[in-house]
Amino acid sequence: MLKGKHLIDPMDLSLEQLDQIFNLADDIIKNPKDYMEVCKGKILATLFYEPSTRTRLSFESAMHRLGGSVVGFSSAGSSSAAKGESVADTVKTIACYADICAMRHPKEGAPKVASLKSDIPVINAGDGGHQHPTQTLTDLLTIRSLKGRLNDFTIGLCGDLKFGRTVHSLIKALSRYSNIKFILISPEELKIPDYIKEEVLIKKDIQFKEVERIEEVIGELDILYMTRVQRERFFNEEDYVRLKDSYILDKKKLKNAKQDMIVLHPLPRVNEISVEIDDDPRACYFKQVKYGMFVRMALIMKLLGVEK
Amino acid sequence: MLKIDSVEKGIVIDHIKAGLGMEIYNYLNLDKLDCSVALIKNVKSKKLGKKDIIKVENVIDIDLKVLGFIDPNITINIIENDRIVDKIKLELPEEVINVVKCKNPRCITSIEQEIEQRFKLVDKDNGIYRCIYCDQAYENNK
Repeated sequence: MLKGKHLIDPMDLSLEQLDQIFNLADDIIKNPKDYMEVCKGKILATLFYEPSTRTRLSFESAMHRLGGSVVGFSSAGSSSAAKGESVADTVKTIACYADICAMRHPKEGAPKVASLKSDIPVINAGDGGHQHPTQTLTDLLTIRSLKGRLNDFTIGLCGDLKFGRTVHSLIKALSRYSNIKFILISPEELKIPDYIKEEVLIKKDIQFKEVERIEEVIGELDILYMTRVQRERFFNEEDYVRLKDSYILDKKKLKNAKQDMIVLHPLPRVNEISVEIDDDPRACYFKQVKYGMFVRMALIMKLLGVEK
Repeated sequence: MLKIDSVEKGIVIDHIKAGLGMEIYNYLNLDKLDCSVALIKNVKSKKLGKKDIIKVENVIDIDLKVLGFIDPNITINIIENDRIVDKIKLELPEEVINVVKCKNPRCITSIEQEIEQRFKLVDKDNGIYRCIYCDQAYENNK
């Protein structure tokens, strides 16, 4: 039972609970009309202490498509936090108005604090560089829907693997499924942190390799998960210039990829995926956005305990 | 050497690493007790060279779990009728509240002082705790 629970860390959910959410999302995708009024009379509060248009709109669209309503704020300046109110007090107040809330906060652990004080389910919609569980759910549903499974594949994770929280969460989440091989593609400076390698990959005896260039491995991949490489992350300009093109996916590099490989990206992208491949059937990052909304619809329903 | 009377009934917290006695006095809120409490510093010790000792008279009901977090080598003797009736073996507690502060400047506790500082034991063998809010590690190898 997921009713009344909070979602703070993607690992809070068991594989069985994930399946329940994904199965519901599948049905919502197939029969959206059946769900148009399931949350009628329910209110979602979006508590966004820092702007994140993409995530907020995804949550709000999800609730509207379920027939519910939305209240909230989209920056700390327009909330009572500007007057010095604590996260705990804000969430206790909001719990008097709304049935469920999604919180984005620049400080790590703020949604956890909220969940300890809240009578309504709290969904972590991103807390600094810490966790972003609904992105992980989005990634998993996208892979499950487009590849038909969450096991037996080779996934390449490319770009900033050091600071990218989406990548860390995705590795942890996928490490619970069988026969997945990870290829970690990044410059030396942005390699995956040792603790992820030691506590997840090595500990669970999962196959992985680390490479510097996408061209070396693109032919092996079933999934390519791109992330942004930011100039300021490099220690010197020379390395940035030497490596930056290796982390831009274009037509030329895609030529050597499998025909059924899928390209994903948590978005927003800057230049790491060339627009020239947007029309390639393997480019699935905008489909991923849509799966993000569907998985949030399923999650809201499960946490509220509503059924069609 | 300074003489402190032996305790007839109470607790003797022994083998405290020299210098940590006052810290433990504070953690256990011994200043709030109404009975005799002795904090003896820098006592000669074969095992440690120097050590601190705390003696608490009459009171036995003190939550000592936190001591396992501060220094698991501390020994605790419960005294009744001038005799040691129990020796408590310390273990790392599962959770410590308001004992250490999270050092992650990005943690919510860095801006909201009212929040309890809570750390959970995640790795018993290496004494690693993590902040329950931001997962920042705290290695307890003092």
